[in-house]
Amino acid sequence: MNTCLIVDDSRVVRKVAQKIFEELGFTCNEAEDGKQALEACAKSMPEVILLDWNMPVMSGIEFLQELRKTAGGDAPKVVFCTTENDFAFIQKALEAGANEYIMKPFDKEIVQSKLLQIGAI
Amino acid sequence: MKDTDFKFFEELLKRESGLIITPEKTYLLESRLLPLAQKQGIQGGLEGLVQKMRGGNASLTRAVVEAMTTNETSFFRDNTPFQKLKEDLFPAFIKSRGAQKSLRIWSAACSSGQEPYSIAMMLKEAPQFAGWRIEIVATDLSQDILAQAKAGVYSQFEVQRGLPIQMLVKYFTKQGENWEVKPDLKSMISFKEANLLTDLRHLGQFDIVFCRNVLIYFDVPTKGKVLSTIKDITKQDGVLFLGGAETVIGISDVFKPLTNVRGVYVRADSTFMAEKSPVAPAPPLSAVQK
Repeated sequence: MNTCLIVDDSRVVRKVAQKIFEELGFTCNEAEDGKQALEACAKSMPEVILLDWNMPVMSGIEFLQELRKTAGGDAPKVVFCTTENDFAFIQKALEAGANEYIMKPFDKEIVQSKLLQIGAI
Repeated sequence: MKDTDFKFFEELLKRESGLIITPEKTYLLESRLLPLAQKQGIQGGLEGLVQKMRGGNASLTRAVVEAMTTNETSFFRDNTPFQKLKEDLFPAFIKSRGAQKSLRIWSAACSSGQEPYSIAMMLKEAPQFAGWRIEIVATDLSQDILAQAKAGVYSQFEVQRGLPIQMLVKYFTKQGENWEVKPDLKSMISFKEANLLTDLRHLGQFDIVFCRNVLIYFDVPTKGKVLSTIKDITKQDGVLFLGGAETVIGISDVFKPLTNVRGVYVRADSTFMAEKSPVAPAPPLSAVQK
């Protein structure tokens, strides 16, 4: 079964995203910030990471830059999921190695469409 | 809704656009025409609208037809046809049109423009077409929706359905909360008003025709008529894409399925090269969906 790590400091967003991913056949794990997410990846590398941008302790972009440097860290498909919808943010995310980018608010249709784009489902 | 009012819309829509409305689709009439009646300041809902139209009212008739025939779409809708275009058909056309380096594509019933813009992006992503004279003609029955398509401005929600983020960044600019197609992509497409029930030979001949999710709204004789109209402006070695739920089988003999490429059709008298011999694998086009 596909695994997904949902990284967001909002419990509500994590819950909503988890429901969507489970409906799409994923087993989910959660992290509240980038640091927790790195720890989770060190234990077990997920297939997909849904990643918020602004979080305490370590931001999404810092996490992604770190992840891509670690062994096996190039494998997960990373989908940003953030309220940041400016061109510059998207560009920066892509340069850091993001595979897709969701601008909040999102729904199941958008998540599904993005996962299809990156061949994750 | 009164039976006589339903009958009025049923006949009008069939006559003006070929659209078939059955009693179980009454909800569609209500959901699409009640807001129109309100917008026009017509009292008495659909009954009032019918009264106003009975005496003959061309602009109102047009507005009703447009409201009923505008359909939802998205970038790279259904994905598979675009993959087939890239993997199976582009190599064939690069081979057959290599000398004249020109390609004409028709997006029939283009709605708000996502289909022709998706095709344009695919062509831009294929380096083999660099230097080619490519024209995409996008038509629709509705003037309003064509104006929207031509403007090429989409909401954040719309650009997140089917459109890879790399393409959003490459081919769009951000305008406030919306995203607008860049001028060089817009310039590849001519938007024109056209009714598929009329003679469209003035549009010229096309190599590739997209007419997806249109036939499903017509009855069998109308489907046959539309297919004949399309055949008249499809080159003998051209191809036709229909929607996933559509076919020509049992409806018309002017087109036949293209062997080994599901959902794609060629003229009955086709000289399309893939009909005679399988197309040799061409150099890979740059990834669009990757």
